[in-house]
Amino acid sequence: MTIKYHVLEETLLAYAAGELDNASSLLVATHLALCPKCRRAAEIGDEIGGALIETVAPATMGSAALDSVMARLEEFALEGSIKPVAATKRGATPVLPEPLRSRVGGDVDVLRWRRLGPGLQQIRLDDKSGGPSVRLLKIAGGRSVPEHGHAGAEMTMVLAGGFHDAGRSFGRGDIEWANADVVHQPVADEGEDCICLTVTDGPLKFFDVIGRLAQPFVGI
Amino acid sequence: MTQRTLSAETAEDATHLMTQIAVHQDRDAFEALFRHYAPRVKAYMLKLGSDGALADELAQETLLMVWRKAAQFDRAKASPSTWIFTIARNLRIDVFRKNNRPELDPNDPALVPDAEEPADEQMDRVQRAKLIRAAMKSLNEEQAEVIRLSFFEDKSHSVIAEELDLPLGTVKSRLRLAFGRIRKELGEDVL
Repeated sequence: MTIKYHVLEETLLAYAAGELDNASSLLVATHLALCPKCRRAAEIGDEIGGALIETVAPATMGSAALDSVMARLEEFALEGSIKPVAATKRGATPVLPEPLRSRVGGDVDVLRWRRLGPGLQQIRLDDKSGGPSVRLLKIAGGRSVPEHGHAGAEMTMVLAGGFHDAGRSFGRGDIEWANADVVHQPVADEGEDCICLTVTDGPLKFFDVIGRLAQPFVGI
Repeated sequence: MTQRTLSAETAEDATHLMTQIAVHQDRDAFEALFRHYAPRVKAYMLKLGSDGALADELAQETLLMVWRKAAQFDRAKASPSTWIFTIARNLRIDVFRKNNRPELDPNDPALVPDAEEPADEQMDRVQRAKLIRAAMKSLNEEQAEVIRLSFFEDKSHSVIAEELDLPLGTVKSRLRLAFGRIRKELGEDVL
């Protein structure tokens, strides 16, 4: 399946520049695992950084810096080139790509979901770096996330199943972007549960009773 | 020991030094690489707001990391300056956020591989680095400025917008234009 909805170019550039918050970076890096096209674009972002570091006016290193580093080379044995591959069932393609899989401590079979409302469960994944919050959402097949608006931007990436929203349909790797002024109601496709990674910049604003009841449990 | 003068003045030289380090743990090659890149990484750290002592330390740690990871350097995937930039950037994020930067794992079984690239479309990374530098020189002042502020001044797009007294959308569109121009120079499709 081909990914239709990608990371925005300016967001890829912010990721390459090291300017993107950790929550959004987790989503972007996970999308890169699924999307060769964005991976190539992100590489160009890195190459822009390389060109800048090559052409910057050099600073003067402290007089002892070189000797001190040369003396420390011994304590840093060269690492091998083979990195261990994260454990997965033999032959199976994990549902959660890296770096998300390491963040949650395994693939979908180890997840401990918390109920948010009818047909809706979540796992919060925030670290202590501040900034936007990030969570996994599971929407039962055919169910919807209560209609909501945002105090800030929201990006949602599908990892399993799919959802549709305002006439567009999203599958594995697709990202839906919603601005502060968008009110929307994603609906999971019939059948399989839909698992998404969602980054929100501010509290969600629910518009119906179920949503309002759910809000205290969302914890935002 | 190598016969040629050890220097990292060109990307070809730096690639040669990286190979000497990876294959022979060549300390002379490392010293040449350090002399070229440590002052540049320090300049990067200074521009991003570290004081002199911290910037010096972060530059030293970056180059030590280059030594340690030399065997992972893949000349088919990055030029030395790109690779060293990513190490410096990630080290800085890891130190300041006390969290590792989320990065993809190229060995992940869930990774969707690239479509096969025809051999004649694969461009040497050193060649690409030259094209990118040329493309960046061809950006107009407005586009070059937003790229520099974003990569080298630790400024988010909204802070850049505030400082330049521009709408956020204008900053984003300048970034997209700059990026599009650089990608076009490389012969890449634009998303």
